[in-house]
Amino acid sequence: MKADIRVALVGNPNTGKSTLFNTLTGLNQKIGNFPGVTVDKKTGVCTLPDGRTAEIIDLPGTYSLYPKSQDESIVFSVLADKANTHTPDLVVVIIDATNLKRNLLLYSQVADLKIPVIVALNMIDLSKKAGITIDIDLFAKKLGVPVIPISARKVEGIDKLKAAIGFANKIALQEPSIDVEAIAPQLIAQISEELKLDNPYFALQLAHQHETVKFLTPQQSDRIEELEKEFSFHSQKAQGAETIARYSFINDLLYDTVKIPETAKDETVSNKIDKVLTHRVFGLFIFLGILLFMFQSIFSWSAYPMEKIGDLFAWAQNSLHQVLPAGPLTGLVVDGVLGGLSGVMVFIPQIAILFAFISILEDTGYMSRVTFMMDKLMRKVGLNGKSVVPLIGGFACAVPSIMSTRTIENWKDRMITIMVTPLVTCSARLPIYVLLIGLVVPNRNFWWVFNLQGLALTGMYIFSLISAVVVAFAFKLILKGRERGYFIMELPVYRMPRWNNVAYSMYDRSKAFVLQAGKVIIAVSVILWVLASYGPGDRFAKIEQKYKQPQYAQKLKPDDLTRAINSEKLENSYAGALGHFIEPAIRPLGFDWKIGIALITSFAAREVFVGTMATIYSVDGNAEKIESVQKKMGSAKNPETGKPVFSLAVAFSLMMFYAFAMQCASTVAVVYRETKNWRWPAIQFAYMTVLAYAASLLAYNLLK
Amino acid sequence: MTLSELVPGEIGIVKEFTDLEMSVKLMEMGCLPGESVTVSRVAPLGDPIAINVSGYQLSLRKFEASTIILQ
Repeated sequence: MKADIRVALVGNPNTGKSTLFNTLTGLNQKIGNFPGVTVDKKTGVCTLPDGRTAEIIDLPGTYSLYPKSQDESIVFSVLADKANTHTPDLVVVIIDATNLKRNLLLYSQVADLKIPVIVALNMIDLSKKAGITIDIDLFAKKLGVPVIPISARKVEGIDKLKAAIGFANKIALQEPSIDVEAIAPQLIAQISEELKLDNPYFALQLAHQHETVKFLTPQQSDRIEELEKEFSFHSQKAQGAETIARYSFINDLLYDTVKIPETAKDETVSNKIDKVLTHRVFGLFIFLGILLFMFQSIFSWSAYPMEKIGDLFAWAQNSLHQVLPAGPLTGLVVDGVLGGLSGVMVFIPQIAILFAFISILEDTGYMSRVTFMMDKLMRKVGLNGKSVVPLIGGFACAVPSIMSTRTIENWKDRMITIMVTPLVTCSARLPIYVLLIGLVVPNRNFWWVFNLQGLALTGMYIFSLISAVVVAFAFKLILKGRERGYFIMELPVYRMPRWNNVAYSMYDRSKAFVLQAGKVIIAVSVILWVLASYGPGDRFAKIEQKYKQPQYAQKLKPDDLTRAINSEKLENSYAGALGHFIEPAIRPLGFDWKIGIALITSFAAREVFVGTMATIYSVDGNAEKIESVQKKMGSAKNPETGKPVFSLAVAFSLMMFYAFAMQCASTVAVVYRETKNWRWPAIQFAYMTVLAYAASLLAYNLLK
Repeated sequence: MTLSELVPGEIGIVKEFTDLEMSVKLMEMGCLPGESVTVSRVAPLGDPIAINVSGYQLSLRKFEASTIILQ
């Protein structure tokens, strides 16, 4: 459906922009990509009071049209590129009424691009409460645009805003703010003339951003560069002069229209909270406490739904097997595709809960305090305060966490964060650790409170954080920074989380995860299924023949017989052949060919390990039953020595391997997507594999 | 005197900047010459600091604060 008008939503971060977007569009949302960049493009449809429809585009929050991060650079491109398919007819600038001065900077820049503008004055209720009086009529008259006071949170004024969108002019009527030409008169005149532009501010922005915008031809960009040299244009000086001029315009405007009391009331409440939450001593402890609570909840709350999802897929697979005729196609669909899908779906509860927490922490304003508290520590190892969010997210899944590094403005900090995030113990590693620890670590308490198994698991989590920090430090020494790092960040006023946004975020992220990771995992499970289901030559036929002989058919129960056949088939399949092939390489780590198969099958996704072990040790088809796999693995004996295969040394060597190895195709894909260069995923894959091998070798030889 | 020398609770007026690149970013965030700034707190590890400027709270590293010269 084509909407009647296209509206872009622009505003500073923390102004309630996403709340307004959710309120305007409801569930009619779509997440796509802006062409050529990896910035999420959120669009939705809103029905106006006159029955027409408006397509709303939610642009990333930014403080100005001069971008500081990848996400922000899209704002100017979308607003300025007239030839593009998503160029808006109208811009709604959302302004936080409790923080007018800084918010108006972006407004005045957008207004000068001469696109029709409406101002949505959000949080008008909070601003009234704080004692701020705004003469809205005068304000609107001075700006020359409609100003609609709203409260996106309380859904007040939304109808008026919709009506204003419906009545909006086709031409821009806003009053001029500053004398743009005065900043670089000759350059602006020359660019305007050569590119046939009628807007001086657009010409000035092109002078600043010609290297990053996509809609200029290389010739045009080179020509602008030439002109800049000719007129000795200095980008930063010009930007500084512009900012000073704009704030002077804003000060004049606010002087006539707004009365602000000496200290805002909301501020002091926020200050009181900050005194506790960022306290010198308690601050860090409270953060640790919140983290602990978060993980406890992610694991305990997700256990039940995860089990149910596993059961559901097992049930679906069983029923389909009964309904569909046996054959390769059924096997591919039911075991390959559905099996792979279940491996993805089972993580949805954990991801949804993790993102609920992250969105609550961000919404309340606490996350920026975490960034504030951790910056010094993180900086020492080459990271940034903002790296904390992806690293925490890495405990659930590296894929969305790597996507969330876009908020890190500094290139080097962002790359290092991307490189080390997959080291953090993600939820796919958890079942492997649980399985192996249960196998070799006694379930015993000491000093009454500490459980040995729990301690070993906690140890693996802490170990992963330490290794991420050490590797980050190494990258800090190797990588050369392109620009200086800085940390100039707003600490928003504490607010109650908006539960709607939390729900949207859970839904969005889970959907993104399923689509991102799902494609890869399904593709890989199909390949693995083929590798594990077919063998070279006539080996499979021979196995079938062998078990048809009376000594097997009579002695074994039908179930056991099927398992024995499956187990032997796996050994003789292509996957089994590969396992035997890599055995010499993994022998020093204490692994045999069976573990080799599991390593190969879980190369694309770690969670496949348990399922493969179940097949190899010929357990019932249901891989969810960890205890039964554990039992079989525990009783497995090395045919040469007669000792158990899974000794303490082997189990820990295997855990070290899984801790470091990049066994996740989705992560490789997302790192490529975010860095747009195959070099980064390649480097990451290489260093992680080397570390995995070395750590395994070390662990095996120390514990042997 | 620079902003990094203030202790929490102290107020200063921004006079000028020693670093052009940093000044552009700070000014965009409302930290302009003539504005009054109050140091509101210091992070538990001693860096960064949080200041009140233009009616909201901004955090910046000590180094960044040291590029802001006060009146």
